[in-house]
Amino acid sequence: MNHLSLIIKREYISKVRNKAFIIMTIVSPVIMIGLICVVAYLSQKNNDKVRVISVLDSSGLVKDVFKDTNKLRYEHITGLSLEEAKALVKATSGYGLLHVKQNSSIEALSKNITFYSADPPPASLVNKLERLLKKRLTEINYKTNGLDMQKIQAYKIDVSIYQENFKGKASFKSDNFVKLMFGGAAGYLLFMFIIIYGNMIMRSVIEEKTSRIIEVIISSVKPVELMLGKIIGTSLAGITQFAIWICIGGVLLSVASVVLGLDLAQLQAPQQAILESTAQTQMLDAESQQIVQGILSLPLLNLTIAFVLFFTCGYFLYSSFYAAIGAAVDNETDTQQFIFPVIIPLILAVYIGFFTVIEEPHGTISTVFSFIPLTSPVVMLMRIPFGVPIWQQITSLIILVVAFMFSVWFAAKIYRIGILMYGKKPSYKELVKWLKY
Amino acid sequence: MPHLLEVANASKTFGSFTALNNVSITVPKGSIYGLLGPNGAGKTTLIRIINQITYPDTGTVMLDGEQLKPAHIKNIGYLPEERGLYKSMKVGEQALYLAQLKGLSKLEAKKRLNYWFERLDIGNWWDKKIQELSKGMAQKIQFIVTVLHDPKLLIFDEPFSGFDPINANIIKDEILRLRANGATIIFSTHRMESVEELCDDIALIHKSNKILDGKLLDIKRAFKTNTYQVGIKALHSADLQSELEQKFNTAVTNFNSLTANVKLNIKLSAEDNPNDLLTYLTTKGDVTHFVELIPSVSDIFIQNVTHTNA
Repeated sequence: MNHLSLIIKREYISKVRNKAFIIMTIVSPVIMIGLICVVAYLSQKNNDKVRVISVLDSSGLVKDVFKDTNKLRYEHITGLSLEEAKALVKATSGYGLLHVKQNSSIEALSKNITFYSADPPPASLVNKLERLLKKRLTEINYKTNGLDMQKIQAYKIDVSIYQENFKGKASFKSDNFVKLMFGGAAGYLLFMFIIIYGNMIMRSVIEEKTSRIIEVIISSVKPVELMLGKIIGTSLAGITQFAIWICIGGVLLSVASVVLGLDLAQLQAPQQAILESTAQTQMLDAESQQIVQGILSLPLLNLTIAFVLFFTCGYFLYSSFYAAIGAAVDNETDTQQFIFPVIIPLILAVYIGFFTVIEEPHGTISTVFSFIPLTSPVVMLMRIPFGVPIWQQITSLIILVVAFMFSVWFAAKIYRIGILMYGKKPSYKELVKWLKY
Repeated sequence: MPHLLEVANASKTFGSFTALNNVSITVPKGSIYGLLGPNGAGKTTLIRIINQITYPDTGTVMLDGEQLKPAHIKNIGYLPEERGLYKSMKVGEQALYLAQLKGLSKLEAKKRLNYWFERLDIGNWWDKKIQELSKGMAQKIQFIVTVLHDPKLLIFDEPFSGFDPINANIIKDEILRLRANGATIIFSTHRMESVEELCDDIALIHKSNKILDGKLLDIKRAFKTNTYQVGIKALHSADLQSELEQKFNTAVTNFNSLTANVKLNIKLSAEDNPNDLLTYLTTKGDVTHFVELIPSVSDIFIQNVTHTNA
């Protein structure tokens, strides 16, 4: 095993010292953060534009519901016909014209409201206008029909269902979101890691082949040792790179948000929308408290241990395939044919994770795929936050470890033969033959 | 003389292709053993078996009286025909790494490297990257890395390719010195003149089979044809020529001579004594040349290979 540590050390040092690697390590977070800042900045710029909306209220009922905000300004037009008003808005390049017709009944009126603009308005704007009008017209309608608005408000009941499982543990609607975040992050991280560093392992094997040093090395060490050393060394370099990315990224992100004064939280608007819809009536404070509680109620210890185990095994499983591919071919262009079938189960796992696990974390599909070794690392990691029985986790892990050992054996076979084969791209048939040598 | 390496009845097939068919060789301790054969004969497969890179389907390999096992790796130094080093790694680090893989401690490896770098006059390359060196320079590094751990058995596959004549000579002297210090050397090459010069024993492998092996001198003796190249300065050269052609089994030959006007190869039968021939010739004129023709390794090689082909 002394050889193994030597190989790991060499692989690690040669990766970490590589100029391209250093540049990638430093530049990518800068680019990423830069991109985030640009997007945030642009969306802010876009939102800064004040839209002027002219209101032609012939009924006189809704005029005062429109209050200026920092993005919207309302101008009330009086004494003009519709055509004149339209011409005016166009001439003053206002954003649009809201026309509320005079009508005998509220129902008829509510069906005769029109918005004129140069381009179709964004749905959010229309929704906002509709909400304001609906509220006002409902009030008027209540009143005309003899209902006391104040009483209605006073007697309104708010319902918030308290969730508790049979063991007496409370849960919240936002919990699912938290679980999804954790599972998704873990699964996606694994996916990224396999793609990036699997390729790196493959390239490093090809490099040894093309520089023809391979024969010297394997007259000193066993091919399996060389392969494992490569995988582990490259992975350690990968972990180093990831750690640096997270540090640089974190620092840059906080610096950028302070210096540029950007509200980066805005980028999370879609997620907030989910939160709002799930908990419209609750205060945001309570909401974030629930999220914290949600995180705390996760099986954190289980999650951490499972993450380390599934991540490591899943990563090794795939990287041994990458190493075998590298050994089987002479140059990188020949790898495509073999990489594709390796990546398909990985992509499948991510899709199942994001579409099926969310809907039904313990459904048949989710459960089955969290046992199949090629998809189990990703799918199981996504399922665990939702609570997976320990026996399932252990079974899945055992299957994964067996598959991992098999794949290393398989890859080592290919590797042992492949590294000494030059000149031609092998077919699948030949690869099968190599297994028998 | 005891044998350092004994390969017995080694066979290896790749699918339907037989790379080695029942090949046995014995390499005496302290010898230089030439492994000869045309391209694709199976030499590399045999060498890889000795290096435990591949394993024979059948047959055994004994090193120094022991069954070959992974621990023997540090007793073997191998310079493959396909040379290569990590291009972007520094010379010193790379040599250290490879030496450590062969079981040397870092300190010991460094000490020996300094010795060898000085010896081959490449002391200032330590921090250079391989890609900055010329091919010949990289070959020198590779040679050093091969011999650094002082192995009992050295295997050189075409050791002189890529070297200019001066450096090839330096390497040749180093190989001879290594043998003098007790190493046993297996030497695979197509350059017959270096076999002639260096090898004590040879084995000829052709089409996966060993077709010939033994002491180089014994083999030469076995292949010699009792042919003598003679040159005579005679008064009547044409007469003598026809007389000799009638009396002996002769063939036309050519060599540089200032005086000889009759030049012939004369083949004697096994029971004839060359002294009688010489005595006879001295009566016919001044003998300027009298040389026994010994087959060169190249002749033996070609003769055997083409013979087996036919």
